[in-house]
Amino acid sequence: MAIPRFWREIQSRYNLIGSKCGSCGKVDFPARAVCPDCGRKSVGKMQRLKLNGKGSVVTYTVIHDAPAQFEMMKPYVMAIVEMDEGVRLTSQLLDVHPDDVKIGMRVQATFRKLGQEGEAGVIHYGYKFRPAG
Amino acid sequence: MREVAVIGVGQTEFGELWDRSFRDLGIEAGLKAIQDANVRSEDIDAVYIGNMSAGKFIDQEHVSALVADYAGLADMHLPTVRIEGGGACGAIALLQARLAIMSGLHDIVIVGGAEKMTDVGDVQAAEILSSTADQEWESVFGATFAGLYAMMARRHMHEYGTTREHMASVAVKNHKNGALNPEAQFQKEITMDTVLNSPWVAEPLGLFDCAPLSDGAAALVLCSMEKARKFTDAPIRIAGSGQASDFLAVHDRRDLTTMDATVVAGKRAFAEAKCEPKDVQVAEVHDNFTITEILAIEDLRFVEKGKGGPATMDGWTALNGKISVNPSGGLKARGQPVGATGVAQAVEIVRQLRGQAGKRQVVGATRGLTHTLGGTGATAVVHLFERGS
Repeated sequence: MAIPRFWREIQSRYNLIGSKCGSCGKVDFPARAVCPDCGRKSVGKMQRLKLNGKGSVVTYTVIHDAPAQFEMMKPYVMAIVEMDEGVRLTSQLLDVHPDDVKIGMRVQATFRKLGQEGEAGVIHYGYKFRPAG
Repeated sequence: MREVAVIGVGQTEFGELWDRSFRDLGIEAGLKAIQDANVRSEDIDAVYIGNMSAGKFIDQEHVSALVADYAGLADMHLPTVRIEGGGACGAIALLQARLAIMSGLHDIVIVGGAEKMTDVGDVQAAEILSSTADQEWESVFGATFAGLYAMMARRHMHEYGTTREHMASVAVKNHKNGALNPEAQFQKEITMDTVLNSPWVAEPLGLFDCAPLSDGAAALVLCSMEKARKFTDAPIRIAGSGQASDFLAVHDRRDLTTMDATVVAGKRAFAEAKCEPKDVQVAEVHDNFTITEILAIEDLRFVEKGKGGPATMDGWTALNGKISVNPSGGLKARGQPVGATGVAQAVEIVRQLRGQAGKRQVVGATRGLTHTLGGTGATAVVHLFERGS
């Protein structure tokens, strides 16, 4: 991924910055310009909101057939996490044996290296998740 | 608005076709369809091509003009349109071509679908496929295309008690059908053990839960119903079409075990065709993974929500079962040249309704359906076809 392309999203990827609709209160991640529920009513009323980083596993998979840049990590766990604010996101789940992952388990965000551009390129950082507590 | 019929179909064999180029495939399918319809090049008003990613697979964009050119139509200076919509692009091309005829603008339109996927390596091909998911908020974190479907499968298992055996029975059935299809990539039956013991791709999906990478092309000739009788005694009417979209990323969807785009596209198509799921005898549905066919037959209301797995295992969707699903072998066994998918599904349904499906013929089929997905379900297209009376 090109450096500017990754850099443009670092607020969300580093700090879990989403948005809250000023009209209905629905939280989105990443931040949206328009609320999917309120549509045009919400334009100009979307406020920034930092997620608290805690949530629960809704579903998960263990990836064995990985893209080139994730080859060294396989097998690794990916999960869809429902954050306590109600919004869902997709992330890697660390520090847990794949057999011990359960739907409903509590997890929290942690700041990690996501990948890098080739062997000497810039490093991408962002959120991954691990068991809470 | 005018009625539209399919008057010609053509398809290449599907598979790892090292000796065939993108143009070879597109032209073979197109010429077969034109011959089948018995139209002349001067009868053709426009060409619509479904292609997912020739730019990434073979470094060639502008494939709409390319295909018309090499099909010998350059001198006709036809309008040519290439449609992109992930795996649904062929089905969208069919829908757009239909609209062009319905509107009265055109009388005869060629619809093609083609993909050449094996000129890149397997890992690169998988990454290209996953570019139809959300690159910024799914792929960048390590979610693969199979992984996203695997998470839907896991949730379906959790909510409805679906098992790996249920999913495996989709692959077993579709390989059994593919064995009867001389154009299929895999013309070989497999056992449930083969599926269950295949190496993991993304748990709970193994290698045999996944459709292959393929080369291939398919084509249709569409014609206004009023002119169709000039070319054929057996026009197949397109009775209804529906297209719908949804959130791009799986995690944003209302329900991880229902594809709302399929539900809505299906309702739109059935409403236009003024019929119900029970009136359909044969369906070609999107089975890029085994779980996808289970979701499709539920979301199209062929079976009750949550019962797709047991219904498949019990043979409801087998050839000449309660409803014959994927008699061609589906994406799983017929093969998955992405851009060709929606068009190849229509080719199969037309053959079934004409009674030209050979050993895999669905007895007494009068109404058929195609269901095609883009990405992980952010686009769905449903078409309904009827044998002309």
